[in-house]
Amino acid sequence: MPKKLLLEHIDVPSIETFETYRRHGGYASVEKALKTMTPDAVTEEVKKSGLRGRGGAGFPAGLKWSFLDRKSEKPRYLVCNADESEPGTFKDRYLMEKIPHLLIEGMITASYALGAKTSYIYIRGEYMYIVRILERAIEEAYAAGFLGQHILGTPYSLDLYVHPGAGAYICGEETALLESLEGKRGNPRLKPPFPAVAGLYAAPTVVNNVETIAAVVSIVNGGGDEYAKVGLGKSTGTKLISASGHINKPGVYEIELGLPVEEFIFSDEYCGGIWKGRKLKAVVAGGSSVPILPAHLILKTAKGEQRLMTYESLADGGFISGTMLGSGGFIVMDETACIVRNLWTFSRFYHHESCGQCSPCREGTGWMEKVLHRIEHGHGHMHDIDLLVDVAKKIEGNTICPLGDAAAWPVASAIRHFREEFEYHVKYPEKVANPKHFELEPFRSERLELSNA
Amino acid sequence: MVKVTIDGIEIEVAEGTTILNAARQIGGDVVPPAMCYYTSLKDSGGKCRVCLVKVTHTSTKDPRPMPKLVASCRTNVMDGMVIQNITSPEVLEARKGVVEFLLINHPLDCPICDQAGECDLQNLAYEHGVAKTRYEEERRTFEKIDIGDKIKLHMTRCILCYRCTFVADQLTDNRVHGILGRGDTSEISTYIQKAVDNDFSGNMIDVCPVGALTDNTFRFKSRVWFTKPLDAHRNCDKCCGKVVLFTKGDEVLRVSARKDKYAEVTEYICNECRYDHKRLSDWVIEGPRHIDRNSVISQNHYEKIDLLKLKQEIERQIDFEKGKQLPEPNQSLTA
Repeated sequence: MPKKLLLEHIDVPSIETFETYRRHGGYASVEKALKTMTPDAVTEEVKKSGLRGRGGAGFPAGLKWSFLDRKSEKPRYLVCNADESEPGTFKDRYLMEKIPHLLIEGMITASYALGAKTSYIYIRGEYMYIVRILERAIEEAYAAGFLGQHILGTPYSLDLYVHPGAGAYICGEETALLESLEGKRGNPRLKPPFPAVAGLYAAPTVVNNVETIAAVVSIVNGGGDEYAKVGLGKSTGTKLISASGHINKPGVYEIELGLPVEEFIFSDEYCGGIWKGRKLKAVVAGGSSVPILPAHLILKTAKGEQRLMTYESLADGGFISGTMLGSGGFIVMDETACIVRNLWTFSRFYHHESCGQCSPCREGTGWMEKVLHRIEHGHGHMHDIDLLVDVAKKIEGNTICPLGDAAAWPVASAIRHFREEFEYHVKYPEKVANPKHFELEPFRSERLELSNA
Repeated sequence: MVKVTIDGIEIEVAEGTTILNAARQIGGDVVPPAMCYYTSLKDSGGKCRVCLVKVTHTSTKDPRPMPKLVASCRTNVMDGMVIQNITSPEVLEARKGVVEFLLINHPLDCPICDQAGECDLQNLAYEHGVAKTRYEEERRTFEKIDIGDKIKLHMTRCILCYRCTFVADQLTDNRVHGILGRGDTSEISTYIQKAVDNDFSGNMIDVCPVGALTDNTFRFKSRVWFTKPLDAHRNCDKCCGKVVLFTKGDEVLRVSARKDKYAEVTEYICNECRYDHKRLSDWVIEGPRHIDRNSVISQNHYEKIDLLKLKQEIERQIDFEKGKQLPEPNQSLTA
């Protein structure tokens, strides 16, 4: 049985209530941290654990915490980023909906480590029902003395608030999130200064993903060294993967990092293979913004090694033949999936969600979407394909925040790996007129079939 | 003082200077263009991305290059920093891309735009743009609206530099306009039409780099290069009173604040000076305005204005107002 750290008690009935959660060892990390450890010792444990941010970038969480300006006289804040809006990612929703106290517990422990007296959970507006679940859980935690003044009789006090957003993907970017939390328009800030120095209300702030904060619980309970033993190499611990697409068992899975991708897709314990007995065509491994990979590259790296579910292995080969673990939105496509249509959908999303602050992203995302719309509907030209590559290249890296990159990478990678399919759309407009064209007659690329063989 | 190298030219600048301002101290070709940055407006800049430069050497302490191109208007220099602007093909390529992005949704209606001739986007496109567009799609358009009594907003032309919002935040006591919507459909607007009603709101027109915000009293009066700009001042209890009069014959077509060679205003003027004093006799004329910018507006030979004749003309107007007989008929002001 693979190790489960986050979802261990997920199936326990009424785990969302305080009593049940407490009975199953809940809030032990708060007791341990507040009563026996100094804040710095908690940070040290997180550093030792090698925990990497689960929101997408994979930045070491302990290192991020150590950057927090502790000398500042201003109050310090911990903000939980629950603005999960990446297409293909729904792990935080599952975690918060089923086991809200795990996040609350992690927030208290992490706030103690960072010396935050006020902490916020910034949650996306579409998760309104989860706001209610979290608020009920927070109420229970206040009643039990785990929040508020003098938690468990120690001098430490903490107030925790849930703040819903208003439905913008960009507010998942940490500085845009802080702007939105301050009540302003959710535009990303220019960095530096980083939030660790001047974040919320210009005070030192740490912004962490829901899963990262939830992972702190088991790190404090079991110790950082113990946590680091789970996983593989620098990718320590477990990760929630949101599996979706053409698979037999879509859902949220907790995996130990280091699991082979092939096993994840085809074993009955996880995705259970491709549905309807079809063949695997492509995988978007970490949420819509990471590069898409064809079947032969997702199962094996360009060097022929087995690809594993780790930060390093998925990124092997750079963007030429690799991808990223990202936020763990694992989208699987079978042979009837149309890459162009899928890419157009992604582009439409980024066009819709661009904040419009800096020009490359504001103009470029719309441009790419319109060109892809034309190609998908059979009105494209051959030179449009190169145009898309060029536009993507000019957005990438030139924007204020990573949304520009997130919009450019899928386009660049889809054309890199599936160029024939784009050319097919341009050459045979009558064949792609039907939106379900590939279900009627799947596109076959000799080159990719040879590679997959 | 810190030492930085920009395109191989070394210069010592004060600590806390941005790369852009360090380059401006060198001057000439190494100065990156700027569409959204405005020296006198705090927090402006970083949005348009045309000032991107490459930092090949972060500082003496940290010799690593910066991973991405950085916005020179918002990046402070560090001791020993080495920066590439026009010597880096990567920067020029990225800049060309940004100019193209700025232009794809721009209506390119320069022939009927009041800003033409003194437009930052026009100059930028002339220097960095490509002559042919690759954009085949429909351009976004908006209705023209009056956001204030005398300010026309032509949102279709806007490049969303946010400068006018900074003016409203920092010069006036209440901002009533802002950005609505998001992405390429975001727009500058007011909740209620004609809501911008502040004594310094006219400065929004001056800071606008394109023809999105124009002076309703000057619209379609004249091409700007047919006017003769004169430095003038008056005693004003609200502002510095130092302005440029854009004149044609003995008519004052437009009053604006004085812009430096980067098209930036340092001394803002009030709406009374801008709109209510449109007679030469209201002003003390200092002389022709030297416009130190690489723009169509500087191509005119307006600096040859005969000052003596000009003074006579002003006296004639003053006498006329006092009810005296005109000493001589109206005549051209140029030599």
